Amino acid sequence: MMSKELSIKNSLIIRESRVFRNGELIFEADQGLSTTKFLKKVYNDQKLKYSKFFKMDELSKLGYLGTEILTNGSIEDKETALVFANSASSLETDVAFAQTMEEFPSPSLFVYTLPNIMLGEISIRHQLRSENIFFISEEFDPLLFIDYTTALFQQEKVENVLCGWVNLHNNDYDVFLWKIANSGGMEFNEEELKKLYLPTHE
Amino acid sequence: MNRNYLLGDSIISPLGFNTSENIEAVRNERSGLKLHNNSRFFENGYYAGLIENKIIDTEFIKIGKPELHTKLEKLLILAVNQVLDQSPALDLKETGLVISTTKGNIDQLRNDLSPIGSLYLWKMAQVVADFFGFKQKPIVVSNACISGALAIKTANDLIGMGRFSKAIVAGGDLVSDFVLSGFQSFQAISDKPCRPFSNDRSGVSLGEAAAAVLIGPGDQENQEKIAYIDAITANDANHISGPSRTGEGLYQSISRLFKKNKIEATQIDYISAHGTATMFNDEMESIAFDRVSLNQVPLNSFKGYYGHTLGTSALIESILTKHSLLKNELFTSLNYSEHGVSKNLNILQKNEKKELGLALKTASGFGGCNLAMLLKKER
Repeated sequence: MMSKELSIKNSLIIRESRVFRNGELIFEADQGLSTTKFLKKVYNDQKLKYSKFFKMDELSKLGYLGTEILTNGSIEDKETALVFANSASSLETDVAFAQTMEEFPSPSLFVYTLPNIMLGEISIRHQLRSENIFFISEEFDPLLFIDYTTALFQQEKVENVLCGWVNLHNNDYDVFLWKIANSGGMEFNEEELKKLYLPTHE
Repeated sequence: MNRNYLLGDSIISPLGFNTSENIEAVRNERSGLKLHNNSRFFENGYYAGLIENKIIDTEFIKIGKPELHTKLEKLLILAVNQVLDQSPALDLKETGLVISTTKGNIDQLRNDLSPIGSLYLWKMAQVVADFFGFKQKPIVVSNACISGALAIKTANDLIGMGRFSKAIVAGGDLVSDFVLSGFQSFQAISDKPCRPFSNDRSGVSLGEAAAAVLIGPGDQENQEKIAYIDAITANDANHISGPSRTGEGLYQSISRLFKKNKIEATQIDYISAHGTATMFNDEMESIAFDRVSLNQVPLNSFKGYYGHTLGTSALIESILTKHSLLKNELFTSLNYSEHGVSKNLNILQKNEKKELGLALKTASGFGGCNLAMLLKKER
């Protein structure tokens, strides 16, 4: 069925106050830091200058930071599709918005009560007018990413796809981003994805 | 690749508890939008399409225990149940379930702010799947107001990949205090029933509904059926809560869709537009349609009948488009008064009988997302 073998070009993980690019630890902060403080530290460490960052909710910040670090701040193919998923949707921001409902419902929080806003933020930053989808699944589901992404390639709609699992719940974040292209990397299959996602389980 | 078709379907809304009741209401220009006074966020009430719990339970008790499920779960289960009733031979081992929703059971987020399990969209989807005994894990698409049509694309693509042989796409969203107060905080809610594309439009009306459709290869020969041809999404890359002034993302999604499928604007017989009745959205759509020379194609918005049903809207509108194509029947764009967008559009002002073959469905949403989909009548 597959016309061409697809490849995982690179990957990035942010969890437990650490950032890994292609399996290599590139940043570490004190364990137990709040998500807000940790994200600010990563932003400063990367010497990023993007004022929109400070308006984002934490879920979008995670997606934005992950994308900046994975791509070194540059996505050349403006038709790179975004295929993302998580487990808790925008629940953290939902709760924050619901708290403002009692007094004065906050429009700036309400816009972030959809998980795909993160895709809008990444698209604005990199000027991508490309395919978007956001899935919700109980846990990281490699086959869903593989099937949906492979279909995009088979239908000749894309040459590059940025995939992302960006979950945030109860101050616990889990970010796994990787890029898929027609050639030049690891094989794009369930086993490789699982290994990259949970390297300690090797 | 083998074509997939929009097969059996169901719409549960203030206009009726199955598709034919809904179509009959639309044909008679009935609207589900009524004035309600049950929200502390609206001193003078608000217009919305609500479904009474009592009516839902009267129907639900025929198939399950109402007290075991949330309002939205019951609506989704009722919709899926009707589709299953229409296809008794369906093998649930090989049938996928794709759920489209933006906020799921958000009405369960109570004042104590301790989320219960069913707030997880995947868990709500699992509840629906378990009710019927679907063997495959349900898939949830949550991509703002394009979700309903994007879920159809997802079902089609995953069938193409061999993940299932057929799939039921089910969508649902509620009018909760959460979304009411959110849209109100943007001052985006109309003080009258919404008036898409009209010069006196002043914002959205919200609506609640569930819908479901079976997607799969057509097994009945020599019978007219509606094929899913293709769908393409494109982001505006402009603003997270407002549409692009140039309609860039919607323009990109339509023009790429036409190019990829070798379609000319003149081949389109009908457009089911998004038409939320906000100033910016409808204007943006007119610019995008103008840029692809769709000015003369008959077009409507169904928001005047249902209000904006969020994650359900593009699914309901796709189902209604299917029936328009099959019955060669176009429906008036309800509540349209006088032209209120800068580009010329052929907005339906009365119901029309007309030979139809190819339709374009579009949707746009927060996060700058846009989708264009082609549906075609085949024999």
